[in-house]
Amino acid sequence: MNWFLKLMSSSLGKKYVMALTGLFLCTFLVVHMIGNLQLFKSDNGMAFNLYAVLMTTNPLIKTVSYLLYAFIVLHAIQGIRLVFQNKSSRPVQYAVYDGKSNSSWASRNMGLLGTLLLVFLVVHMSDFWWEYKFGHVPYATYATNIETGEVKFIPAPADYKQFNKIEENVISTADGQYRIVTVKNLYLEVKEGFKAIWLVALYIIAMAAVSFHLFHGFKSAFQTFGLNHSKYNGIINFIGVWGFAIAIPLAFAAMPIYFFINQ
Amino acid sequence: MSSSKLESKIPEGSLEQKWTKYRSTVPLVNPANKRSLEIIVVGSGLAGSSAASTLAELGYKVKVFCFQDSARRAHSIAAQGGINAAKNYQNDGDSVYRLFYDTIKGGDYRAREANVYRLAEVSANIIDQSVASGVPFAREYGGLLSNRSFGGTQVQRTFYAAGQTGQQLLLGAYSGLQRQVGMGAVQMYARHEMLEVVKIDGVCRGIIARDLVTGKLERHFGHAVLLCTGGYGNVFFLSTNAMGSNVTAAWKAHKKGAMFANPCFTQIHPTCIPVSGDHQSKLTLMSESLRNDGRIWVPKKLEDAKAIREGKLNPNNIKEEDRDYYLERRYPAFGNLVPRDVASRAAKERCDAGFGVNTTGEAVYLDFAFNMKYKYGKIEATKKGIANPTEAQLKEFGHEVVKEKYGNLFDMYKQITGVDPYENPMMIYPAVHYTMGGLWVDYNLMTNVPGLYALGEANFSDHGANRLGASALMQGLADGYFVIPYTIGAYLSNEIRTKAISTDHPAFVEAEKSVADTINKLIGIKGTKSVDYYHKRLGKIMWDNCGMARNEAGLKKAIEEIRALRSEFWSNVRVTGAADEFNPELEKAGRVADFLELGELMCLDALQRNESCGGHFREEYQTEEGEAKRDDENFKYVAAWEMKELGNWELHKEDLVYENIKIAQRSYK
Amino acid sequence: MSEKLLNLTLKVWRQRNSKDKGGFETYAMKGVSTDMSFLEMFDVLNEQLINEGKDPVAFDHDCREGICGMCSMFINGRPHGPKQAVTTCQLHMRSFNDGDTITVEPWRAKPFPVIKDLVVDRSSFDRIISAGGFISVNTGNAQDANAIPISKEDADESFAAAACIGCGACVAACKNASAMLFVSAKVSQLALLPQGQPEREQRVLNMVAQMDSEGFGSCTNTGACSAECPKEISLSNIARMNRDYFGASIAGK
Repeated sequence: MNWFLKLMSSSLGKKYVMALTGLFLCTFLVVHMIGNLQLFKSDNGMAFNLYAVLMTTNPLIKTVSYLLYAFIVLHAIQGIRLVFQNKSSRPVQYAVYDGKSNSSWASRNMGLLGTLLLVFLVVHMSDFWWEYKFGHVPYATYATNIETGEVKFIPAPADYKQFNKIEENVISTADGQYRIVTVKNLYLEVKEGFKAIWLVALYIIAMAAVSFHLFHGFKSAFQTFGLNHSKYNGIINFIGVWGFAIAIPLAFAAMPIYFFINQ
Repeated sequence: MSSSKLESKIPEGSLEQKWTKYRSTVPLVNPANKRSLEIIVVGSGLAGSSAASTLAELGYKVKVFCFQDSARRAHSIAAQGGINAAKNYQNDGDSVYRLFYDTIKGGDYRAREANVYRLAEVSANIIDQSVASGVPFAREYGGLLSNRSFGGTQVQRTFYAAGQTGQQLLLGAYSGLQRQVGMGAVQMYARHEMLEVVKIDGVCRGIIARDLVTGKLERHFGHAVLLCTGGYGNVFFLSTNAMGSNVTAAWKAHKKGAMFANPCFTQIHPTCIPVSGDHQSKLTLMSESLRNDGRIWVPKKLEDAKAIREGKLNPNNIKEEDRDYYLERRYPAFGNLVPRDVASRAAKERCDAGFGVNTTGEAVYLDFAFNMKYKYGKIEATKKGIANPTEAQLKEFGHEVVKEKYGNLFDMYKQITGVDPYENPMMIYPAVHYTMGGLWVDYNLMTNVPGLYALGEANFSDHGANRLGASALMQGLADGYFVIPYTIGAYLSNEIRTKAISTDHPAFVEAEKSVADTINKLIGIKGTKSVDYYHKRLGKIMWDNCGMARNEAGLKKAIEEIRALRSEFWSNVRVTGAADEFNPELEKAGRVADFLELGELMCLDALQRNESCGGHFREEYQTEEGEAKRDDENFKYVAAWEMKELGNWELHKEDLVYENIKIAQRSYK
Repeated sequence: MSEKLLNLTLKVWRQRNSKDKGGFETYAMKGVSTDMSFLEMFDVLNEQLINEGKDPVAFDHDCREGICGMCSMFINGRPHGPKQAVTTCQLHMRSFNDGDTITVEPWRAKPFPVIKDLVVDRSSFDRIISAGGFISVNTGNAQDANAIPISKEDADESFAAAACIGCGACVAACKNASAMLFVSAKVSQLALLPQGQPEREQRVLNMVAQMDSEGFGSCTNTGACSAECPKEISLSNIARMNRDYFGASIAGK
């Protein structure tokens, strides 16, 4: 294992860790975004709330999510260490430093952007993830008419609690058969949360940070693994810029704005 | 008869057998003894780096000194065009003999046959060694090495790496050197300048060096000392040499008894960027390879030249019939590829006659338009299947090819002059580039001081009165890789019983004191003029009187002027700072002090040589057409000067014997 | 060569020696010719200072034709000044305007300690080369140079990497003071050649280890190094080194 420790303690080894964890977080972002798009469905949050259940109950996803948490921590710790280490490589700073002439702003401020994102993550997780898991989120029941597909939304009483994340059964009524699903109404939390302008602002700023962070980070990870080839650089760049620096942050930012406007 | 003090030690036997035989019979030092033999190498250019790494590989203890901050920065790095080797890869009739012959002829029959033949013999090994050590030479699509032609030859034997051949070769030698440094076989002393040779009982035993960062003087013992310190072109102030290139190491050796040979043989390179003003600190070479495709011309009419100088006429508007392609006119066989001395003098002749361009009147054109369009443009058009290309197409296609071949040189020209050479002809003028003269050495590369060697440009041996293009790199690496490792055995095999001498020996103490005294004297003058002021004045005296053309009256006057300047220097120079600190002014002062002595000897040498040969052109000795007139009867010798005291030199002559070449008048017509 | 004259203000870092704290001095320069190189302007400044009995500015320089890699000025926030693909010695004053204030600093990096004024110690680069930037071939062992054909593309790419002049502008430009471009250029040059294969894995491991121990920062792929490199060494060399190092670490012997 000596070789592994040597690799991990080398400057290149640290970069590999950053790149590997970073790319993993990128793939998570894609999944997270697709899930969150359910917020835009006008179904009183049914799809979104079901997605939330899936994310927290599926054993495979759960396993992956622990990996994700570990990677976030690793990415952050390693990143912070690198920032300080790199700072120490230039004990005396330049009086004039014209970085914009030779590099993008994003590439020079990954540490700052990352820190912003870390702060955001804490707020974001405590708002939704913590609340969802350990806090008090009201329940909602969705009754779907099996024949017509029509959904009835029935908020649960404020003090309602259930053991399982999701409880499902089928009942027959005069109108026909209904599938009754009761889940935590995270959708409501989202909807209510984004009435606060400061939170909306925080999310928009954070998404801007995501944009800049990934503008550099995505293609940088490929370079770190040595994947720099004139045949493929174009497509990597394209995905990095249009996918990760523009489309994904825009989609995420659209959510708080949507709820804020439609309150 | 050669002077008895000059034993050239050329082995017996036929020319072809000399080196092979000698190599196999030269005494060896057994590996165990090598470890206790210490060798000092001064200078880390091609000769120094290759010698140091090779000697370390053999097992000797080696110390290397260079004044730059790293061995990789030695001025060999700036060589552009290429390196010659008798590989005959082009199947165009090249051979060891032909390279030997071209070099002797190019040197105007003033070089030693045996040395030059050996050089030609090992030339092929250099290419092999360099390629093996990772030098990325230019290659053809088939994966084999590419060659180009250079001045003074009619075969293609020049290997190259774009316009950075010297850089690539030096980095190859440097990486070998650093490998030995990493293994502890070589101790590297960068930012150190050698300031004295230490002699004990007539034998060289070490050096005094100054640590340029701390200013501390250091004593270093060596069983042998190798001076690989390059040439002395900076005596002219303006030259293509690096700012730090100097004669100091060689000159200190000279003052300790080593003879200085042919000091007046300096090479003026024909294709340099002209001087732009008084601020000029150095001149930049444009590789000779440009003469492969560039045509040199000046206007035929005096009034056109005048109008150009005044900025009223654009050279592109001068009609073909009004252009004087004077090299093609005078030397139809070699045309623009005549040797450097011939091309330089021809340029000077035209400019002196009033046809020079540039505001100063000291420049000629090097024009690529013709070959760009009608040579490369046509070839490319044919490749593209365009039967009747337009002028614009020809230009466009040719532009690409020229860019591929010379792009970095064209960029450099534009960077320095602000003029785009793709659109306008380049302006060039000759400038001091190389010095064929140097410390006298025997066949073993040892000076007349036992244990003291000189390699590469620092010695005099291989280029006679004029060096052919792409031969300097060849000689530096030949000396370092393939000559000294063998020949040093002849001396060191007798040294195995010599124990390392303590540097507390009185000779070391005294040498260090004399260096300290000189330094303190320089700092103590506290005069009113800077070191550069004196250097520039010396340069002007040398350029005007001992440059491209020399004459008796001028040389005599120059000697007087140099003596006067030297005494003024020693009473009025201002060297700022202290001795015990990083002090570039002090470094310069020491070097200029030595140039002020060397300049006199150069003039003296030029004065005694009543003939014109190679880079040495005495106006009194020329044919009616203005070609150099050599005098083989009286001057077929190496002039080796022994310094008795400053201002008093004794001339020793080493007769040159040509057994394998028929001496002829050098003709490139 | 249409010459113009400029009046400039120079702010130059002055530091007596490695222990001195150092600081900026301001100098007014009058009538600077646009045909001068940046270093020639410093020659003029030094001539002025000497005439005034002051200590001239120490700066590294040698060949003054852009190849030795000795010159090393950080000019207005950029190594070798505002132009791309040139060294300080080839930067000409026509790149500046009348009335400009120009700030000149030494390269700044922990492994490049200041010796005096604008002169820094770059011996760390030599030590990196000593760690593995070579092919172990003793003189005399070589086979015929044409025995191993090398494709023109590989030879050209190797040459492009080998064009590095070791000036340290990459380190100076990098916000992390990383030496990745320098190291990767040598690793690449030799990795692209058949001669370099036997030591390929060990070379990259050793050179990176030496680079790390010298105290250079790590690479964050900003690309500043390549953008400021006077020889335009490509970032693809860094990618190649990343690849080689990964492979050598994981699968190497």
